[in-house]
Amino acid sequence: MARKLLLEHINVPGINTFDVYRSKGGYAAVEKALKTLTPDEVVEEVKKSGLRGRGGAGFPTGMKWSFLAKPEGVARYLVCNADESEPGTFKDRYLMTYIPHLLIEGMIVASFALGAKTSFIYVRGEMMPQIRILEKAIAEAKAKGFLGKNILGSGYDLELYVQPGGGAYICGEETALLESLEGKRGNPRIKPPFPAIAGLYGCPTVVNNVESIAAVVPIINEGGDEYAKVGIGRSTGTKLISAGGNLKKPGVYEIDLGLPVEEFLYSDEYCGGIANGKRLKAVVAGGSSVPILPANLFMKTINGEGRLMSYESLADGGFVSGTMMGSGGFIAYDEDQCIVRNTWNFARFYHHESCGQCSPCREGTGWMEKVLHRLEYGHGKMSDMDLLVDVSKKIEGNTICPLGDAAAWPVASAIRHFRDEFEWHVTHPHEATTRNFGLAHYADPLPKLEEAAS
Amino acid sequence: MKVTIDGFPIEVEAGTTILNAARMIGGDIVPPAMCYYSKLEGSGGKCRTCLVQVTKGSEKDPRPMPKLVASCRTTVMDGMEVKNITSPEVIEARKGVVEMLLINHPLDCPVCDQAGECHLQDLGYEHGAAKTRYEFDRRTFEKIDIGDKIQLHMTRCILCYRCVFVADQITDHRIHGILNRGDHSEISTYIQKAVDNDFSGNVIDVCPVGALTDKTFRFKNRVWFTKPVEAHRECENPKCCGKVTLWYKGEDVIRVTARKDEYGEAEEFICNTCRFDKKKTSDWVIEGPRKVSHKSVISSNHYDTLHPLPVVKTNPVLIEANKEQFERETRL
Repeated sequence: MARKLLLEHINVPGINTFDVYRSKGGYAAVEKALKTLTPDEVVEEVKKSGLRGRGGAGFPTGMKWSFLAKPEGVARYLVCNADESEPGTFKDRYLMTYIPHLLIEGMIVASFALGAKTSFIYVRGEMMPQIRILEKAIAEAKAKGFLGKNILGSGYDLELYVQPGGGAYICGEETALLESLEGKRGNPRIKPPFPAIAGLYGCPTVVNNVESIAAVVPIINEGGDEYAKVGIGRSTGTKLISAGGNLKKPGVYEIDLGLPVEEFLYSDEYCGGIANGKRLKAVVAGGSSVPILPANLFMKTINGEGRLMSYESLADGGFVSGTMMGSGGFIAYDEDQCIVRNTWNFARFYHHESCGQCSPCREGTGWMEKVLHRLEYGHGKMSDMDLLVDVSKKIEGNTICPLGDAAAWPVASAIRHFRDEFEWHVTHPHEATTRNFGLAHYADPLPKLEEAAS
Repeated sequence: MKVTIDGFPIEVEAGTTILNAARMIGGDIVPPAMCYYSKLEGSGGKCRTCLVQVTKGSEKDPRPMPKLVASCRTTVMDGMEVKNITSPEVIEARKGVVEMLLINHPLDCPVCDQAGECHLQDLGYEHGAAKTRYEFDRRTFEKIDIGDKIQLHMTRCILCYRCVFVADQITDHRIHGILNRGDHSEISTYIQKAVDNDFSGNVIDVCPVGALTDKTFRFKNRVWFTKPVEAHRECENPKCCGKVTLWYKGEDVIRVTARKDEYGEAEEFICNTCRFDKKKTSDWVIEGPRKVSHKSVISSNHYDTLHPLPVVKTNPVLIEANKEQFERETRL
C-alpha cells in the first residue's frame, strides 16, 4: 500500500480540529519553515520537489513562485483557488471538509515563501459548509498564534481570509477569480500582463490550487528531494483523484503518480472495478474538459504500452489518442452509458458557464449544445458531426481564456473516438431514444500498429 | 522598435499594439476590429476578429507564439514578425469568428438604421461566408425603452463593451453594464438612466452595429441617400469640441454625428446638445462636403454616371411613351 502524504491522518477522529491535527504532527511545516528556512529556501525546496500545479494545467508550482515580481513597496498576494466546479472533480471539497488545517498550514508556508502579508482562499460560493469549516479552522489557528501578528515569534505577519465565490465556473479561471475577488464581474482578463506581474489590485499575485498548496506541507516536512522520489519522471508526488461514474467504490483516492491505470481501476484498494459486473466503455481521465477516451485507448497507449496515472503517460499520443491529467476528475462509463448524451451534457454545462466576453466561446458553445441536443433526441443529420468538429476547431485557441478549449476538447474527442455511435444516432433516431448503442468495439484490443514503410 | 507585418517593416514606439502598428502601415493588412476603440482605454480583446499570427516573437526570443493573438491587445516586441492576411490560419479563424458573431445577429439589415455604416456588414462582406450553417432560433431579448433620444435593439448587440467604456470614460458616471452570462448576456441594468447625461449620445457613434441608434433619425432615411457635410459650431459645453458631420437630405439636416476616421472611430466626442438639438443649417458653420471613400455605399448616390440622353423617336406609335421617358430622365 502506497504511502499517503496528504490524507495520512484523514481517518483520525476529530482531525478537523486544531488540537488533534497538531498532535498528529500538524503545523510542523510552519515551525520548520518560519524558524529554520528563509523564504527563498522554501521556494527552492518546492522547485526541487518538482510539484506540478494540481488545478489542471500542470504548470510547475516552484517555477510559478519564482516568476513572481518583487518590486519594493508593493504588496504581494497569495490566492488559493478553491473554486472547484469542474464536473467530475471533488477532491478539494473533500480535503477542505475533512482536513482543513492542512490547507491553512500550506497557506502559511506558501505565503511566507512568497512574502505575502495577506492571503485569500477563494471558495466556491456553493460550498457554504466548507467556508464555515475553514473560517472556524482559521479562528483556531489564530488563537494558537499560527496566524496574525508575529507568528511563532518569527516576526512574520499573515492575515488569512476566506472569500465566498461568485457562483460561476468561470471564476475558477485565475484572472476571473482575481476580478471576482476584487468585487467585479468575474470576466477573465486579457493576458499579458500575467497575475505574477499585475494580479489582485494590480499587485503581483500567485494563484494556486488547494491541493498544490496542501502538497507544500509534506514537501517542507520531508524535503523537496524526498518528495520528488515519489512518482515517476516529471510527475512527482501524490495526487488526489476524485473517482466517479460507474465504479464499485467511487470516492477520493490519493495515488502515487505513475500508478498503472489498470490497478487504479480494478484493484480493491482503489476503485474496485466497474459496478454491477458491467464492462468499461469510456473514461474521462481528468475532469470534464479533457478529451474522453474509449476503454481500449485508455488502458493502453497507441504504441501498446500500458497507461499510467501520470501527466506524461495520460497525455501520450497528444489529442489524437491521448488525454490529460487535468484536475483529477476521473469518470468511468460502463457499457450502458450513451456518449452522445454525455457529450451533450458537457456542452450544456459549458454553454451555461461561458462568461460571454469573447465571441467564439459565447456563440460557439451554444451552437454546439444545440446541435448535440438535436443529435441526442433523434433529429440529427450526418453532416452534424463534421459541423461540430469544425465549430470546435473555430473555438479552440481563439478565446481569451481556456474555457473555450475546455468546451471544444470533449466534443472534438468524443466525435473522433465515438463517431460510430454518433452516426447510429442519426441512422436509428427512434432506437436512439429508447436504448443505448452499447459497448460495441470500444473495449476491443487495439490493432497492431503497422510499420511505416521506410 | 522594428516590427514586420505581412512583410511590411515599420518602426514604432515601445508599447504600441500590433493593430496600431498595422494601421500606421495602412492598406489591406490592417486587421478588422469590432470591439477595439483607440479612444477608449481598456477596450479590445473581446471580439477576436483582429486575431493575427506571430511567427517570430522578437529578436531576443524568436520562438513563434503558440496561439493566434488578439492584435489590439498585444504589444509589439523588437524584431517581431506578424502574419495577417498572408496566414491561412488567420483567414480561417477570422471566418469562424465572423460566423460566430452572426449566428445570433438578427440580420434585419433592411430595416436597420445602421445599414450602410455597419461594421458587422463590412466584416461579413469582407471576411465571412456566403451562407450560415446555423439552423436554430436566434436569441431575443425583452425590449427596453431608454428614452426619446437613443434606440436600443439588444438583439443586434455583439457585446463589444464599447458603450460600457464610454459610460466609464466619457460621461461622468456609469450605471449600466453586462447582465447575465454567455449568449444571454445583455447590456442592461438601469441603462435607461445611463442616457441621462450630456455625453450619452456617443454610445450611438461607438456602437459597431445597430444596437444603439439615433431615435431622432429613426426610419427617416437610409444613410446612402443622405449627404454628409462637415461643420462646426461654438459649443457652450467646454468638454465638447463642436466638430461634427451633418447628414443632409435635401435642405434638411436629419442627423448629426461625430466625425469618424477611416476606421469608423469618432475623432472627437460631441455633446448631446450638438447631436440632438441643433438640426438647423443656421446653427452650424459649414466647412465643406465630407470625403467618403468610393468603396463605401454612402458615396453610391452622390455621383451621376453619364448616360446618353434618351432620344425621342419619330415612330408615331412610340412618341407618347418616349416623351414621358425623356421628361422623367431629364427632370433632375
